[in-house]
Amino acid sequence: MTLLVDLHKTLGTFTINAQFQCSNEITALFGKSGAGKTSIVQMLAGLIKPENGRIVIDDVTLYDSRHQIDLPPNRRRVGYVFQDARLFPHMSVEKNLDYGQRRRRGTGGSPKFDQVVDVLDISHLLERKTRALSGGERQRVAIGRALLSAPQMLLMDEPLASLDSQRKAEIIPFVAEIQREFLLPVIYVSHSIDEVLQLADTVVLVAKGGVAAVGPVENILNRPDLVRVTNTGDAGTVIPARLTKTDQDFDMAIFSFSGGAFQVPAPSGDVEIGQSLRLRVRARDVSIALKKPQDVSVMNIFKGTVASVVNGDGPQVDVSINVGETLIWSRITRKSLSELSISPGKSVYAMVKAVAIDKPGPRH
Amino acid sequence: MFELSYTESEAVFLSLKVALFAVGLSLPLGIFVAWVLARMEFPGKTVLDAIIHVPLVMPPVVVGYLLLLLLGRKGILGSWIYDTFGVTIGFSWQGAAVAAAVMSFPLMVRAIRLSIEAIDPHLEQAARTLGAGRLDVFFSVTLPLAGSGIVVGAILAFARALGEFGATITFVSAIPGETNTLPISLYTIVQTPGEETGAIRLVALSLVIAFGAMFAAEVISRRVRKRITGS
Repeated sequence: MTLLVDLHKTLGTFTINAQFQCSNEITALFGKSGAGKTSIVQMLAGLIKPENGRIVIDDVTLYDSRHQIDLPPNRRRVGYVFQDARLFPHMSVEKNLDYGQRRRRGTGGSPKFDQVVDVLDISHLLERKTRALSGGERQRVAIGRALLSAPQMLLMDEPLASLDSQRKAEIIPFVAEIQREFLLPVIYVSHSIDEVLQLADTVVLVAKGGVAAVGPVENILNRPDLVRVTNTGDAGTVIPARLTKTDQDFDMAIFSFSGGAFQVPAPSGDVEIGQSLRLRVRARDVSIALKKPQDVSVMNIFKGTVASVVNGDGPQVDVSINVGETLIWSRITRKSLSELSISPGKSVYAMVKAVAIDKPGPRH
Repeated sequence: MFELSYTESEAVFLSLKVALFAVGLSLPLGIFVAWVLARMEFPGKTVLDAIIHVPLVMPPVVVGYLLLLLLGRKGILGSWIYDTFGVTIGFSWQGAAVAAAVMSFPLMVRAIRLSIEAIDPHLEQAARTLGAGRLDVFFSVTLPLAGSGIVVGAILAFARALGEFGATITFVSAIPGETNTLPISLYTIVQTPGEETGAIRLVALSLVIAFGAMFAAEVISRRVRKRITGS
């Protein structure tokens, strides 16, 4: 299934120009608050009308300004999970789930009630009133309700933003499982780099109403220029890695990647040996030495070759270092750069403190 | 014991009939108008709002006279109704119901409109994304969530209709057995010397009915709210 998006709309002084396409995977619309992410998904759902453009899922045109096609939201087969769940307060959980199911559009391959309830683990909540649910439970019911309306595509608009970190960790596995189980394209709106790292296959980087870049998570988030332009947090390196060993005495874990092995604090949650996940190392946490350092507390030291030097604003520069097949970014001062006379091709050691790496969550 | 005389029970029965018909006939329109005012933006909305509220601020006699001009047998609409259906609304209990409906309409619309405005429009949006059309959303989300407001609006209108006097007496006069509702009977009786006891009895009856209606309103709206939100 392929979704084609080409949307234009002016909202006050703000212009949205969004063009991208995605398929049966989790696509993150990633950008800081106010970048226009929610407006884009609202246009996909038909809740706000674009000025012109096109939205096509496979051979179904949802919107086409040139042919004056504009399906109303109820005929779009687009599931929408809102940040605030929006469960109907006058209905029980079961009635809420039923609401979409009784109005399902089209047939074939639509998820079964029991299966959805089972995957989302909400069977014990069916009789409850919606106000008696916790934030995490509300979101799971909202996801189930959207799925049961038999959508061709699922939009999730910051579904975890109003939850605390424990509840977030509780929902994330469900999102990934839904995509696998029901084979839907999922568009996941987020301003949290952690959520993107744990969930997304593709990133659509949204900034100032436009699409700044589209591509696999590793490619997009490894470009400090993009991160700077879009103001989406610290520049850094996303490294696909595999858990190879845990050290219970010190509560540490060893992850292998194409350039060697990382020692990091053991991840929270149940990560099994052999499981893959993404580690993210912030560029400012990577320092550079010319000789192999001795007797230091830094646990992760990798020999590599400087690939490029990118001048940023002010006194900082971003240096990319080739370690094996992985490019690791380091942010140092221009002064250090000049004192160590670092330039492309030079052999250096990249050093990363183990505690500087966020406790990685499992990649589902 | 308090036993009702024939004229008293007739007045009570007639008042209840007139008020019930007034509310029953105007409720669907009241809900629709309240929804339009709460959820739609269109040119002329202020004018519509003003027209609906006019009976609240105008002397009831004026409203009654306007109804006479409009719906009386020689009225603009009334003559057409008489020619087509052979009936006349003026000087009948149906006319009393129309007068009561017009006078109580603003109260009804206000209460229902407030309860619709209190519904998060995002819930209606969510219903749309789940496959519900506009009408479906109205019946499955808006109407049930506005339930307590609709009950309150209906009961307020009912109480107002029971007490309607000025527009009614102007439009349909005081015809025994046809239009002499409680307030009109009371008005007639205080005009008659030596009927003070009868007047007091009608006053007491009015009080009992009014209190009963307000009490019922509170109980029912609480029950509806509880059913909706579970609190």
